[in-house]
Amino acid sequence: MITAIYAILVMVGLGLIFGIFISFANKKWSVEVDPRIHEVDEILPKGQCGSCGYPGCMAYAEAVVTNPDVPANLCAPGKEAVAKKVAEITGKKAEALETKIAFVRCAGTYGKAVRTGLYRGVRDCVSANILVGGDKGCTFGCLGYGTCVKVCMFDALKMSSEGIPVVNPDKCTGCGKCATVCPRTVITLVPPHIKVKVNCNSHDKGAVVRKICKAGCIGCGMCAKDCPYQAIVVDNFLARVDSKICLEKCSDPVCLKRCPTKAIRPAIWGVVPGFEIQEEPKEETKKEAREEAKV
Amino acid sequence: MSEYFLLFMGAAIVNNFVLTRYLGLCIFFGVSKNYHASTSMGLAIISVMTMSSMLTWVIEHFILLPLGLGFLKTIIFVVVIAVFVQMLEMVIKKFMPTLYNVWGIYLLLVATNCVILGVPLINSEANFTFVKSIVNAMGSGTGFAIALILFASLREKLQYSDVPKSIEGLGIAFILAGMLALAFQGFSGMIPL
Repeated sequence: MITAIYAILVMVGLGLIFGIFISFANKKWSVEVDPRIHEVDEILPKGQCGSCGYPGCMAYAEAVVTNPDVPANLCAPGKEAVAKKVAEITGKKAEALETKIAFVRCAGTYGKAVRTGLYRGVRDCVSANILVGGDKGCTFGCLGYGTCVKVCMFDALKMSSEGIPVVNPDKCTGCGKCATVCPRTVITLVPPHIKVKVNCNSHDKGAVVRKICKAGCIGCGMCAKDCPYQAIVVDNFLARVDSKICLEKCSDPVCLKRCPTKAIRPAIWGVVPGFEIQEEPKEETKKEAREEAKV
Repeated sequence: MSEYFLLFMGAAIVNNFVLTRYLGLCIFFGVSKNYHASTSMGLAIISVMTMSSMLTWVIEHFILLPLGLGFLKTIIFVVVIAVFVQMLEMVIKKFMPTLYNVWGIYLLLVATNCVILGVPLINSEANFTFVKSIVNAMGSGTGFAIALILFASLREKLQYSDVPKSIEGLGIAFILAGMLALAFQGFSGMIPL
């Protein structure tokens, strides 16, 4: 009987002491967290992509609220809408955010690019690249094992049946994760409404490209000569388009007409470059042939 | 001195909590996906285990045993450990924010784990002295941390290997844990419990 009373007393006593202790400690040692941090965190897209330069959305929310020098427009996936809201909450200026989306600079689909080996390792571009540079003849092109597809948090990249990933422009937020993870830097970020794209990343000489890929840029410089605004520069056997000049000045993309491999092409998002090339040039060549025949 | 050393090594490696006694498997599989998380978790376990076994030893020997309430120890220990971890979390959050960022979130995960409760119970069953129970708790915590870090490193390697679809993820992790436990069986009997 006495034991039972002791047991009850000890339990009640300990419970009381602990309860009082905890509630007291909670008041005294509670940490005040700025409620705006959680507000900002709720607005952010939660991709945890880190393109803002902070480890995760919560870290950026904390930085943007507590540090007055951190701009409100660092969230690339959130684009302008998020930047505006964050600026509103934190009382900072909403500066314009340059939107960009991912672009796969390779058209070396299964039919176009030569495969020099048979790769049976881990289905991952990084490992394939380490192992004697992968199984593709071209050492600059897309390996097609979809490391970028795996890393994309926004489901914007899909591997096509042609072995080249396809960007969904509506879903792509321009966080740049795929660009950093690609072992060959095939993926870059470009403004979404550019007119022409060079679908190649190869710095090989023209003759070498001819041998290993039917869709590669051979660095002939036709497009650069044709462009009236000098927006295209051939640098180390690869044409590069200055998207700023191209967007501002050009209305008629003459650069596309004479490209022998159709490496430079009008910007159509969400398609595999290699697929379409087959149809369009055929028609053009037919027309040209007809015109020539008429003359 | 050698007695304490043997106790420590015995708790850490020979009678490893996870791999020989199969306790705390929930954390063992839950937090072993990457190396960084597992080291933080290991640290949290070592500290909480040591301090909670100190606290429970004091409560057992100064409150429970004199009153003849040894049978209450399980339930009292649960309450004591929960309160202690709660307090520890608050203190760290207030005074050491950097430390809190490293393993703060793991503290509360630890609070209700069977390993943390298991060590004080084993201590009281073996009638350890205060110092011995601290050594035993530190050893057990270190053992848990070793197992967790080993396992996390192995699982990180596993991500780059070609696992059959049907046993991807947790399936292969279970098999791996079994192999690790087999390896630790090699120590068994070197130092008795």
